[in-house]
Amino acid sequence: MASTYEPIATTTLGSATAAITFSSIPSTYTDLKIIIVATASVSGSALQFIFNNDSASNYSVTLINGNGVNASSNKYSNQSTGYGLVASSSTGLSTSVPSFLSIDIFSYAGSTFKTALVAGNADKNGSGNVEYDVNLWRSTSAINRIDLSAQSANLSAGTTATLYGIKAA
Amino acid sequence: MANTYTLISSNVLSASATSITFSAIPSTYTDLVLRISARSDSTFSSGIPESLVVTFNGSGASNYSKTTLYGNGANALSVRDTATANAILSFNAVGNGVTANTFGNAEIYVPSYLSSTSKPFSSFGTGENNATTAYIAANAALWNNTVAITSTTIIPGNGSNWLSSSSFYLYGIKNS
Repeated sequence: MASTYEPIATTTLGSATAAITFSSIPSTYTDLKIIIVATASVSGSALQFIFNNDSASNYSVTLINGNGVNASSNKYSNQSTGYGLVASSSTGLSTSVPSFLSIDIFSYAGSTFKTALVAGNADKNGSGNVEYDVNLWRSTSAINRIDLSAQSANLSAGTTATLYGIKAA
Repeated sequence: MANTYTLISSNVLSASATSITFSAIPSTYTDLVLRISARSDSTFSSGIPESLVVTFNGSGASNYSKTTLYGNGANALSVRDTATANAILSFNAVGNGVTANTFGNAEIYVPSYLSSTSKPFSSFGTGENNATTAYIAANAALWNNTVAITSTTIIPGNGSNWLSSSSFYLYGIKNS
């Protein structure tokens, strides 16, 4: 049986770093998936990502989240990055408790705009957040580079990120 | 290229069982995935959901917590458990009080299960049953323990047994 879920690259930070970069992503897969376990240098930071070094206002996101008390939904248009885990002291990344995020990027090598679904899990034993973000990158270019970062913060030592490729055939 | 999404073990019930345990989980993977289709003997009335109650390494210490986002067909809501003796992954299964032949379905993802830090994990599941009320739920959970995970047990939160035909599959994912 053909392997359809293949590791492309993985990074574990030995020290605090502004961004984790996956570059030269091959175009031989159908979809991409990123698994991230992260802490950040500033409590409450959002997890951000950009594709192909594009930091123009080509991203938008619609999200639904629950903070243990309320459920809510928001939408942000014309952003300069994609998002997972909205930024606030209770909902964003922690400085000490790892959060788990998965990012599914669909048809990343296609010639239409790109959708990325982020599942963010940031329970902190008494506070925290569970969140789903649908991100749109308005570009027809194939994705060949992804930069992950924490908003206005560094990703802390011990943060891990793995990029997988998923083949339809 | 290595096969990175590998079945470690499965348990498809031919009779009721009080719990499901996967033990001696090998340390050769990076992440774990549990895929579950489950129905319990809970006799709660239609619309009352069942939960997946998860422990790791047999630990019943109050080191688990979770934040849940769920919808019941009418509203979106959120609840939280703090410092519990197990992870109650809400609304991810169904009980025997709801429509016959319906099972709740869920995926539990445990990244970095060998790490020496506390373990975040997630579940996403449904309990659709063609009744007035059904549930879809996402749980962000945390096991605040620094030891590697070597076993996991899943029991029903409301019922006493998982019913026949419930299925539990444990997969390992390698990052290299």
